[in-house]
Amino acid sequence: MTALKGSGPAVCIGEDIDTDLVIAGRYLRTKDWSLWAKHVFEDLDPTLASRLQGSVLVAGKNMGCGSSREQAARALHEAGVLAVIAPSFARIFFRNCINVGLPVLECNIPECRDGMMVTFDCTEGWITVDGIRHEFLPLSPRMQEILSNGGFVEYWKRRLER
Amino acid sequence: MVTLSEKILGAQAGTYVDRKVDKAFCHDGTGIQAKIIYDAIGAPGLANPDAVYVIYDHIAPANNSQTAELQAELRTFAEKNGAHFREIGSGICHQVMAEGLVHPGEVVIGADSHSCTLGALGAFATGVGASDMAGIWVSGETWLRVPDSIGLHLSGSLNAGVEWKDVALSYVAELGMDGGTYAALEFTGEAAPSVPMEGRLTLCNMAVEAGAKTGLFYADTETRRYLARYSVPCHMQIPENPVYVRECDLDLSSLEPVCAVPHRVDTIQPVSQLAGIALDQVFIGTCTNGRFEDLARAARILKGHRVKVRTIVVPASERDYLQAITTGVAADLVKAGCIMGPPGCGPCLGAHMGVLGEGEVALSTANRNFKNRMGVGASYYLCSPSTAAASALVGEIADPREVL
Repeated sequence: MTALKGSGPAVCIGEDIDTDLVIAGRYLRTKDWSLWAKHVFEDLDPTLASRLQGSVLVAGKNMGCGSSREQAARALHEAGVLAVIAPSFARIFFRNCINVGLPVLECNIPECRDGMMVTFDCTEGWITVDGIRHEFLPLSPRMQEILSNGGFVEYWKRRLER
Repeated sequence: MVTLSEKILGAQAGTYVDRKVDKAFCHDGTGIQAKIIYDAIGAPGLANPDAVYVIYDHIAPANNSQTAELQAELRTFAEKNGAHFREIGSGICHQVMAEGLVHPGEVVIGADSHSCTLGALGAFATGVGASDMAGIWVSGETWLRVPDSIGLHLSGSLNAGVEWKDVALSYVAELGMDGGTYAALEFTGEAAPSVPMEGRLTLCNMAVEAGAKTGLFYADTETRRYLARYSVPCHMQIPENPVYVRECDLDLSSLEPVCAVPHRVDTIQPVSQLAGIALDQVFIGTCTNGRFEDLARAARILKGHRVKVRTIVVPASERDYLQAITTGVAADLVKAGCIMGPPGCGPCLGAHMGVLGEGEVALSTANRNFKNRMGVGASYYLCSPSTAAASALVGEIADPREVL
């Protein structure tokens, strides 16, 4: 199950972070998803992977641009990221996150500091950062349904059962 | 008062729609991930196998046993389930789909970000990830948010030595890497009908580099001429006073050869200002610029000379390769010292066949120069095939207008 509400310390990354930087092309050809958690952000900052468990990733604009590789969303999920917040997302990465069961919140947080406490609620559409509340457009009903099922696989299993 | 995207998807911008997918394709990289999701869902079979294409291009041929085994698994799956399978060497998925498989007005979904290339044919074509592809295999449909559209109005004509790739890099720089996010780009204007199909494919290919969902040309006499080669009929598409959220004018006559400089696609400089930068490798190919016309442009400059830097040429498809062979273009390239690779993606994604090392500098006709993508610690400049060829001759970045 995916938590549609949660809180964790922020890990801040920059603008226009492409999916090659999230998980490099040399690690894509495997069925071992834990490999991606190990190498996530390796070419951006090799210290990041060990800090992601239980965190909320706060990115700059155009998060996840570039390649359609779902492994990028999967790597963040496997590494224990609770949610990704950015003022804007590349659309394929946005869909991929929903599909792997990782909440994505389109919201501009003016200043990101590593470790600041972020609380989010996907259903109502708000985030608090160090106690200050920011609102964002709630996800569409279908996106919420996919997320609340824990991702695309469970969502489809339910649909086929109906 | 509708855009081409609204017309094809049958709803207003901003609306969520469920649409039957006319063509769904994936490659060896995304396909195996889609199969993992498909197997986990446990569907009884492909909803519409005739619409499903599996095309091997990303690591083709396989670079090691692990890749080979994953490819064997997906190959068996495709054949057993009645999907269309295209073996390594057929070409890059987008180019293979452009060779008579995609028709104007269709909804085309590819498990690859450059699926927007196929908007060149007047189709609504966009990329998705592995799960969404698995969903299309299960149901034959997908959900889409009908995009707003940005109008890119083309006027004038290209000067000698300036190519469609220079236009593509210039519009991406104008919009920025996220200037087209969630939107579709419509290429219109007085010069649009005169853009040949290979140029349309190059222009639409790079739409995603501006964050756009797709790029589209209206199907016209050029589309009809191109599709006739494949005996595919073409229904013309006439603009119906589309309303754009943003409009940009691109005067083709004002453009010059440019490079996107490391490590951003939207940061360009005139080639004339970059001349003299020493190169370790030149790569001509990819879904942006690996078509026969691109190889022919490079050969025109290289014929009778010898490259001064290792130069890798990878045709976009088997058809492009064959045409290069029968016309003598391939021989000119090989005689000039170029290394020809099998049709496919080549080193573009940094997995094989020309990956660079720390500190190396390369010039490439691809669409992405992201940091570390084509080799950790290397730098890449993006350019047109003519700029790549002119630069290969001297081993440093050079202006094609000086050798044409």
